Amino acid sequence: MSDIKTNENKAWTGGDIPFKASYGKLMMWFFLVSDALTFSGFLCAYGFVRFKYSHIWPVADEVFTHFPFLKGEYPMLFVALMTFILIMSSVTMVLAVNEGHKNNKNKVILWLGLTIFGGFVFLGSQAWEWGHFIHGDKGGIELPNHEIVHVVNSENHPYSIYDLVGVDSYAENITISVDDIKKALISNTNFGIRLANKSVVNGKAAINYLNNSELVLGANLVKNEYGHQLFANFFYFITGFHGFHVFSGVVLLIVIFINVIKGVYEKRGHYEMVEKVGLYWHFVDLVWVFVFTFFYLV
Amino acid sequence: MSDNTGTWWIWRVFWILLIVTAIEVILGIIKPAVLIDNALLGTSLLNLIFIILTIIKAAYIVMEFMHLGDEVKGLKLSILLPAIVLIPYLMFILLTEGHYIFGTL
Repeated sequence: MSDIKTNENKAWTGGDIPFKASYGKLMMWFFLVSDALTFSGFLCAYGFVRFKYSHIWPVADEVFTHFPFLKGEYPMLFVALMTFILIMSSVTMVLAVNEGHKNNKNKVILWLGLTIFGGFVFLGSQAWEWGHFIHGDKGGIELPNHEIVHVVNSENHPYSIYDLVGVDSYAENITISVDDIKKALISNTNFGIRLANKSVVNGKAAINYLNNSELVLGANLVKNEYGHQLFANFFYFITGFHGFHVFSGVVLLIVIFINVIKGVYEKRGHYEMVEKVGLYWHFVDLVWVFVFTFFYLV
Repeated sequence: MSDNTGTWWIWRVFWILLIVTAIEVILGIIKPAVLIDNALLGTSLLNLIFIILTIIKAAYIVMEFMHLGDEVKGLKLSILLPAIVLIPYLMFILLTEGHYIFGTL
């Protein structure tokens, strides 16, 4: 102890604080920098694959078109709502940190509680989005060369295979085959087949394309009805990795929420722990801003 | 700007983030032909607008919500420099290579 006392004015003993920030806050910042680089690795890898397959890449607008409890197509709307939810929970988090500076325990509890609620709503939305993505939307057909093609209507807009043959996509034991689609295409010449490169073939040529092909309904890590397999893989990895961050964030928020209620930080005299978890929470929002742009918009 | 007495600055940032997101979504839905057909730096003007708006949003989140704007210069630089240098570098390498192997393999 005496050593430390006599060396108080020398930088090496830790007496000097060049960044004017506490150890915990500094380490949270450095963790976030490394995490940001991990996410940019994911997104840049996505960009690499997308540039490589740019001629056959699925259009995100046509993949994410549904909104819970609504019929019809609303491209981007649900993802926009998810973005709004995350921005909103970021705002309640800043408000909680702000009240923490004033040692206002009850207000911290209020805003932290709302932040946790926002986190759960986001996680629920993502579960819905994943469920929908896994179940599939309009169905695709895989040609012998592994190209994924879609049925389109007379306006060259993707058309549901289920609607074409007249079954409910959520019915049990769906038994539709490529032959059913061929029959439907012969009897109704308004429909055509859109190849992965977005060119459309009609009539006889379309039916010839479907020889020896297979139906692909839904998406997972081996099959993807929406188009190139890597699209599904990157969807699962990027949104999954982000969703796992949101989940971790909610767990951290619940831990400090309990601590705030128990008065741990009130006794300590400051709410810096709320600030540190707040940094992490804003970072999760920050990452979503980029995922939203590069996965859904661009 | 971000003093601890008021909350008006938080709501100001909220509205900025909300309006920027709304502009992105609206542009993403209507997709103006003039922005898609004209390209700059290898991508469409629409994509460039999306990227610029995203960086604006990111800057507001980091500088205001995460209070990085209030930290000392040394801390600011040690957080921002690795990201500003390494991420565009990785992007440049991977997108160039991705474009190069387009249609091969």
